[in-house]
Amino acid sequence: MDLKLDHRTEDRLTIVEVEGEIDVYTAPRLRELLIDLVNKGNFHLLVNMEKVDFLDSTGLGVLVGGLKRVRAHDGSLELVCTQERILKIFRITGLTKVFGIYASVEEAKEAHGRDK
Amino acid sequence: MATVELTFSALPAHVRTARLVATAIARRTGVAEALLDEVRLAVGEACSRAVEAHRLHCPGEPIRIELKDDSGRFEVTVTDAAPSDDLKAVDSSDGYRLVDAMLGIVPEMPGLGIAVIAGLADDVEVSPGPTGVKIRMSWPATPTPNGLAAV
Repeated sequence: MDLKLDHRTEDRLTIVEVEGEIDVYTAPRLRELLIDLVNKGNFHLLVNMEKVDFLDSTGLGVLVGGLKRVRAHDGSLELVCTQERILKIFRITGLTKVFGIYASVEEAKEAHGRDK
Repeated sequence: MATVELTFSALPAHVRTARLVATAIARRTGVAEALLDEVRLAVGEACSRAVEAHRLHCPGEPIRIELKDDSGRFEVTVTDAAPSDDLKAVDSSDGYRLVDAMLGIVPEMPGLGIAVIAGLADDVEVSPGPTGVKIRMSWPATPTPNGLAAV
């Protein structure tokens, strides 16, 4: 399955919806979107990965790159993910310590609201 | 011993094909369904690493993947023809050490794929050589008489 990307902004939080496979072939599209969002002043990003079928280290690299970019603006990049097979790769690489990972968009929005 | 060999040019789009072929053959060889995601991810990582290395050093050279049904194990070997720069960059045995490094340097941290493979497959051997890198991984397989995995 190819990669589908969409985004919307609610309050100060930009929600990026990702669907499909994030790998060496498709990851550049996600990277471009994250860079574009940051360049347009969106510094608080929430990437919803609930519809991601596959994620490899290239995709992880793109997410870490996005995190570095938003942090340079005192922003945040957090994730929504409950799929064990996707969470496993975050655990293997230790990235569960780096990203805020939530069970739903609503939960992430509540946490984001508390931090404001 | 049944063997399937595949060679492909160093294009990111072909990595998905390699993943699909490896998963299909793993299933047929008798790898448990619960392990197929690991096979798919580990083979994808090995092929992605090879593609990136070839694009940098030898874009015209093909990458070779060999899939073997070897006495109760499903064995995959990915062989490239590029120098092994990324293998010197990190200690692939410990993914946790990568976090600080990843946040400190370029996002597309070389060596991360190897760390992921090491975390996924219980049997991995990375052999850097003068003419390229060979990554061999294997998983347990329980073949059935008709060649299909037991359900």
